[in-house]
Amino acid sequence: MSTEPSAERGPWSLALRRFLRNRLAVAFLGLFVLIVVFVLAAPLWADHVADTGPNQEHTVEQITVDGEKKDVVSVEGKPIGPQWFGAGGKFFLGADSRLGRDEMVRLMYGGRTSLLVGISAALLATLLAIALGLLAGYFGGWVDSLIARTLDVIWSLPVFLIGLAVGIALAVGGLKLGPLELSSGSLWNPILIISIFTVPYIARPIRGEVLSLSQKEFVEAAIAQGASPARVMFTEILPNLASTVIVFFTLMIANSMLFEAGLSFLGAGVQPPNSSWGTMITVGVELLRIQPLLAILPGLMIMLTVLSLNVVGDALRDALDPRGKARLDAALQFEAQAGATRPVGEASLS
Amino acid sequence: MIRFVARRLVGMAAVLFAVSVIVFVVFMVLPKQNPAQSLAGKNATPLLVKNIEEEWGFDESLPKQYLTMMEKVFTGELIQYEPRLPVSDRIVEGIPATFSLTIGAAAIWLFFGLLLGYLSAIRAGGWLDRILTGVSIAGISVPVFLLAPVLIYVFANKLEILPNGQYVPFSEDPAEWLKHLVLPWVTLAVLSIGFYSRVLRSNMLDVMNEDYVRTARAKGLSERQVMTRHVLRNSLIPVITLFGLDFGATIAGTAIITEAIFDIDGVGNYAAEAVAKFELPPIMGVALYGAFFVVLMNTIVDIVYAYLDPRVRLGETASG
Amino acid sequence: MSEPLLSVQDLRVGFATEEGVVQAVDGVSFDLRPSEVVAIVGESGSGKSVTAQTIIGLTRANNARIEGSVKLGAVELTSADDAEMRKLRGERIAMVFQDPMTSFNPVYRLGDQIVEAIRAHRPDTSKRAGKERVVELFEAVGIPNAERRVDDYPHEFSGGMRQRAMIAMALAREPEVLIADEPTTALDVTIQAQILGLIEQLNRERNLATILITHDLGVVAEVADRVLVMYAGKVVEEGTLDEIFYDPQHPYTWGLLGSLTRLDRPRPHRLPQIAGSPPSLLELPEGCPFRPRCPHEFSKCTQYPGLEARLADSPAHRDRCWLTPEEKRGKRQVEGQIGLEAPR
Repeated sequence: MSTEPSAERGPWSLALRRFLRNRLAVAFLGLFVLIVVFVLAAPLWADHVADTGPNQEHTVEQITVDGEKKDVVSVEGKPIGPQWFGAGGKFFLGADSRLGRDEMVRLMYGGRTSLLVGISAALLATLLAIALGLLAGYFGGWVDSLIARTLDVIWSLPVFLIGLAVGIALAVGGLKLGPLELSSGSLWNPILIISIFTVPYIARPIRGEVLSLSQKEFVEAAIAQGASPARVMFTEILPNLASTVIVFFTLMIANSMLFEAGLSFLGAGVQPPNSSWGTMITVGVELLRIQPLLAILPGLMIMLTVLSLNVVGDALRDALDPRGKARLDAALQFEAQAGATRPVGEASLS
Repeated sequence: MIRFVARRLVGMAAVLFAVSVIVFVVFMVLPKQNPAQSLAGKNATPLLVKNIEEEWGFDESLPKQYLTMMEKVFTGELIQYEPRLPVSDRIVEGIPATFSLTIGAAAIWLFFGLLLGYLSAIRAGGWLDRILTGVSIAGISVPVFLLAPVLIYVFANKLEILPNGQYVPFSEDPAEWLKHLVLPWVTLAVLSIGFYSRVLRSNMLDVMNEDYVRTARAKGLSERQVMTRHVLRNSLIPVITLFGLDFGATIAGTAIITEAIFDIDGVGNYAAEAVAKFELPPIMGVALYGAFFVVLMNTIVDIVYAYLDPRVRLGETASG
Repeated sequence: MSEPLLSVQDLRVGFATEEGVVQAVDGVSFDLRPSEVVAIVGESGSGKSVTAQTIIGLTRANNARIEGSVKLGAVELTSADDAEMRKLRGERIAMVFQDPMTSFNPVYRLGDQIVEAIRAHRPDTSKRAGKERVVELFEAVGIPNAERRVDDYPHEFSGGMRQRAMIAMALAREPEVLIADEPTTALDVTIQAQILGLIEQLNRERNLATILITHDLGVVAEVADRVLVMYAGKVVEEGTLDEIFYDPQHPYTWGLLGSLTRLDRPRPHRLPQIAGSPPSLLELPEGCPFRPRCPHEFSKCTQYPGLEARLADSPAHRDRCWLTPEEKRGKRQVEGQIGLEAPR
């Protein structure tokens, strides 16, 4: 009888199965997908249902709800509340602020910006972290010292504060660094800030893993066979980083979105005419007494997105590193079995 | 040990230097527009801009500009222009509020975070663990700017039990001081409780699998002794360092959003206002102040860590 | 024959895992008499460590099912409650583990950890008295400069010294039984010999009954009185040291012996090895667990063999192999020495 592991039970498919068994994680993954669909549908909703854009103001207009005419913004400056489908989908969630913009449309478009910035920043940070981690961990020596020290310096800064400062500086004056030029309203400003300041968060664990992987025999073997450093890094080390990278990338999107929201809330992130969930909260907080929904809705969207990403990231970590959780699961399983059946060993003796 | 501390202090100075350079580069060099314009702010008159240009020496070489900037910082001459005040004064004014906010919240999050983490770990896999883990994940996912408005709306606007913001100094009225800080403390604490409980839980689960815990059981220690003397003692070390870093970051003004929403006149709020008005000097000042505190806490944390873990202090010998 | 100090009867330990129940120990029995050294030998996964840890109660967990009996004198250990077990550990049965590097808590001084072991059972011991005892113990196990080294941290000791310290800690309360789980595996060969010598000396001088767990038959030859060979959770052969080494009855034992390199014999053409690898405990073969790797398997092997004494004049020498003693004697030699057939 062969005792070799069958080919289909590769580590990736095992991990996938483990992940799928976690129903909570799958549910939240579904939620995240829903949110993405929600924001991607923005132009559809704006054109066909709400018939307005995210920045269009309707201060002095009226809409027809169930035959009645209502002010979008009342005389005292109070924006209209959620109409749901009363006006055919217009002002589904009401109007925001004195400017009378459609909150639902803004929520969708704002979400696009938030997700775009969050994912881009996380992607950029991850790529940078992989590059730096590979170089530092593989080459060691002065390369490692240089990179590690730089990461340490960034790590020890009050990241949000400096990010804020940089955000403001760029918002006011734009960026000019040699050939690279960015206008003050460019979305690249927050993306760059967030990614640079969050690189150490991923780079340090990656560097650590690369360091330990570099000591392993299969790397020595590859070098002995004459593989160039680049080849070794790409074919031997990189694939082993995959699980760490996947988990961290997921968590980084959540972090980046929170970072962006914070920056934008204070005015140092996404600049007008762009808006994100963060900028929407600024407006909402001002009108908290009059219409709390304006602050709660974008905040809720951020929270659901971040929550989904955290749950999924956590589940990915468990699925890819089974020791801890699997043992617990097994313990619970045995509790159920105990007393009901005889131990397996006896059954196989006959 | 002395040498270790000395090395760390030198490191601290180096990092502070690096930070000041970064601040300089970011504010003076990178932006497209004239740095004097940036400093003067949105509503500056051309005369003001010209004065600033002369004062700061923007026509001179970059290193000289850096020195001028540092000189201004250290002699307290860094000023904001609307209204005309030294930045350092405003920062010092804001410290009591920020410290009250941070220390109170930190005490709460540390206590509850560790409690929840401990309970989760010793009942790992059970229903309590699942609930607490869920609570923790929810906690770290709640953004400040959702929680704070909700709390304000519920407790201040609807139920009207607590005030909706602002800071009352302790010396003025201790009871009011407390009442005004409850919601901000809760806001700050909720975020970190989740985080710390997960960190402690994870550390404890790792440590519980270590060989020396097995040895401790094998020599006849009671479960409680094993837990406190071996598991907790070793699990808490990374938590303490994390706490130090977090605390440093919060004092440095990362509570900026909380201060802004609750209208607490601390250092963070000062920075928030400056951001809203696009005023550069206060932001520079706060950034440097913040960096100083973070680096200070980092250094303290490093030293405490070395004290707690003798391997770091004495340097691990190559095992035979 | 004196009464056994420790009596293990039909011990079974199963663990629930993601993929099913793993029967790590499947019916192990042996007796341990005062001042005896019993060695349990096997590859990783054979169940030897689990047996050892179960005796002292360290495998108690939600996903573990323990059956059978382990008696220390009159006390039944498998059903003793946690408080009772705690009192026995270190006091009557002590255990030394494999990796001295990780078996001590790195943040406490080593001396303090041993004092802790003493005070776990005698809380009224003063710190000074405890330390004096530690110095005594260090000297007994051969750690030089005992007075100074008491205050050192674990990472300041070399591997061999750390293992001596572990043994010292085990001896602190003068237990009746010492269980050593692969005490030399993590050490250099020269240090191995020293530690084994120490164990043998302690066994002799203090009448310390010892259970020695190892995968290395060379280690066994130095110290053991009796040997149990385990495979896939079951005992496949047991007997005195001489019986196992000079008249081994089970093909697995032949394999283990054959793979020992020896300086006193000419080198075989190829080092005999046991083909294949240990089975997954979730997918055990039908009948004899060793069947897939055994070059001598025949039709009867699909029936599970019982552990029986098949040699008329050695009632204590038992094995689990259907071959007749004559067949065994014929098949076990490879190029003039005991071992399984060399690979072709």
